[in-house]
Amino acid sequence: MSLWKIAWRSIQQRVLASTLTGISMALGVMLVVVVLTAYAVIKQNFNSGRALPYNMIIGAKGGDLQMVLNTVYYLDKPVENLPYTYYEEFLPKSQRKDGRDGEFSDSVEAAIPVCMGDYYRNFRVIGTTPQFFEDVGPPYKIHYAFSAGENFHQDHYFDAVVGAFAAQQAEIHVGSKLKISHGVEGGHIHDQPFTVVGVLAPTGTPVDRGVFINMEGDFRLDGHVGSRKEVTCVLVRTARIPGMENLPEGSAEELRSLINKGTVARAVMPISEITRFFNRFVDPLLMLFLFLAVLIVIVSGIGILVSIYNSMSERKHEIAVMRALGAGRSTVMRIVLFESILLSLGGGLLGWFTAHSLIAIASPWITSQTGLFVQILQSGAIYELILVPGLILLAALVGFLPALAAYRTDVAKALTATP
Amino acid sequence: MLQLADVKKSFAEPGGGRLPILDLPSFRVAAGEQVVLMGRSGCGKTTLLHVIAGISRPDSGSVTIDGVNVSSLPEATRDRFRASKIGYVFQTFNLLPGFSALENVLLGMSFAARPPEPDRAAHLLERVGLKHRLKHRPSMMSVGEQQRVAVARSLINKPVLLLADEPTANVDTGHQQQIVDLIRETCHEEQVALVLVTHTPEVAKQFERVDSLEQINRAVKPVAVH
Repeated sequence: MSLWKIAWRSIQQRVLASTLTGISMALGVMLVVVVLTAYAVIKQNFNSGRALPYNMIIGAKGGDLQMVLNTVYYLDKPVENLPYTYYEEFLPKSQRKDGRDGEFSDSVEAAIPVCMGDYYRNFRVIGTTPQFFEDVGPPYKIHYAFSAGENFHQDHYFDAVVGAFAAQQAEIHVGSKLKISHGVEGGHIHDQPFTVVGVLAPTGTPVDRGVFINMEGDFRLDGHVGSRKEVTCVLVRTARIPGMENLPEGSAEELRSLINKGTVARAVMPISEITRFFNRFVDPLLMLFLFLAVLIVIVSGIGILVSIYNSMSERKHEIAVMRALGAGRSTVMRIVLFESILLSLGGGLLGWFTAHSLIAIASPWITSQTGLFVQILQSGAIYELILVPGLILLAALVGFLPALAAYRTDVAKALTATP
Repeated sequence: MLQLADVKKSFAEPGGGRLPILDLPSFRVAAGEQVVLMGRSGCGKTTLLHVIAGISRPDSGSVTIDGVNVSSLPEATRDRFRASKIGYVFQTFNLLPGFSALENVLLGMSFAARPPEPDRAAHLLERVGLKHRLKHRPSMMSVGEQQRVAVARSLINKPVLLLADEPTANVDTGHQQQIVDLIRETCHEEQVALVLVTHTPEVAKQFERVDSLEQINRAVKPVAVH
C-alpha cells in the first residue's frame, strides 16, 4: 500500500474536517484564478485597443481618459461634439470646398471623423467615412479584412459595415437592414434603415463590437441635422517626418500642443493614455486583489496546518502503531506531508475547476454587459501554472509542523497510552 | 534465535533520578520456540517487549535476533528490521480504524518495503477465519475478530519472532482460547518463535515454557506479603 493511499485514508477518516479545509483552500484558489483571469481579460482587451490605425484623437475639451474609453473602446458615454468646421481644419485644400488648406493639415497624414451617440441594440453605432477601414500599413498594426461583402462607399449614404462580434450576436449579415436608435434602450428609433454591405473579419479589437455607418447618412437621419454639422471626434494619423516614416508620432507632439493651446478641442495620444491608465489604476488595483486572494490562500493553508496539527494528538496512537509495525520516522513524516499536499492540491484543483466553470458560464453575460471578451482559459492561465508548485510548496510548509510532531512521536509512550 | 544479554532499562523520574525497569542478565528463545512471560502489572513486561522489538533502546546490554544485534543498529535500520523480522500483537489490537481488514494486514508490508501481496494477506485472513470480512473496517467487527486481524497482520511479513502483549486481555473468556490457539498454531505453521506476555494462568499453563519476569528481572522488587 502506497504512502499516498495511507495519507488519503487518513483524510477520509476525518471527512468533515478534511472537507471543510479543502473547501476553504478551494475558495482561496478560486479567488486567485478569478483575479488572474480578470487581470488577463482586462489587459488583453485593453491591449487590443493599442492596435489603432491612428495615433491621435481630437475631441471636445474634457477628460482624456473618457475620450479614449469612448473613442477606442466604445465604453464610456460620448463626450461633447466638435463643430464640423473644426474637423475641416485637418483637411488639405483638395478635400475642402473653400480651396484652402486647413490650419492643421500640414501636420496630418489622414483625419477620420467619427460621430457617436446612436446604438443598434446594445452595440455602438459609429458614423464615419470609408477611410476608417483603409489599409494604412506599418507602423500601424491593424488591418481590416471583410469576411463578407465590402467597405461602404462615400456616396452610398445609408450603407453600413458591422464588426464580427456584433454581426454574430445580432445575427447581422450582408443585406440586413438596421434601424438604429438614439440611446441603448427606449431611445428614439430612426425610420431610415442602413443596409449592411460588409461584415468585418474578427480583429480581436473593440472594432469587432461596432456598427459602422456612413457619416453622411448619419447627418441625414431625422433629428440629427441641426443648425450645424458636428462630429464627436477626429482620429488623426499625424504626418511622418521624412526619413523617419516608421515613427508614427512624427510631428504629433507639436500638433497636440498647438490644439491643446486652443479653446475648442483637446488632443490625446491614445496609446500613452491607455498605458497611463493601466499603470495608474488597473495594475495597482489588480495587484491589490491578487494580494488579497493570495492572502486567502495562505489563510486556507494555515487552516490545513491547524486541522492536521489538531488531529495529531488523537493520531499519536495511530502513528505509534505504524512505527511499531516498522514505519520509520521519515515515513510517518512523509505520510503527514502527503496528507497536507493532497488537501491543498485537491482543494486547489476543485477551486481551479470551479473558477473556470463559473468563468465559462458568466463569459457571455460579461461580454454583453461590458463588451470584454472572456475565454475559459485566458492568456493569464500561464500564471496559473505557478499555482500547482505554489500549492505543493504551501502544503509542504504548512504540513511541516504536524509532520515534525509525527516525526517526534514517542512510540513507546503513545503505545501504552489508551487509544 | 533471540538472545538478551545484560539488558538494563530505566526511565527518568520527575525528581531527577532514574527508575530501573529492566535488569535482565540473560533471556533466550530458540527458533520456533513458544515462551510465556508472566508477571504482575508494572514488572516491565511491555517495556521488555518494546526493547526486544527495537521500539525502545536498552540503556545497556544487547538484544540479538537472528544473529543481528538489534540494539546497536541505527534507528532507521532498526525500524526496517522490525518491519521485516518481528511481528507484534498488541493488547488493544491497534488496528487502524480507517482501513479494511485486508488493508490493515497489507499495511505491515508497506513499511517492510515489500511489494503488496494481497493474496497472502487474504490467505492469512482466511486462516484466522475472516475470509468473509476482508473489506470490513474494524468498527464493523467484533473484538475477537479484530484481534484475529491483528494476528494476521503480525505474520504478513513472515517474521522470525512474534511478540504478543497480553493478546487475550481485552477478549471475552469465550474467545480467549480461540485467540491463543490461533496464535500458537499459526506460529507453529509459519515456524515463528513466540514470546507471549500474559497474567492469565489459564493461558500460561498451556505452554511448555513459562518464565516469570519477576524472577528473571532483577529490577523488580519483591512484593511484601503480610
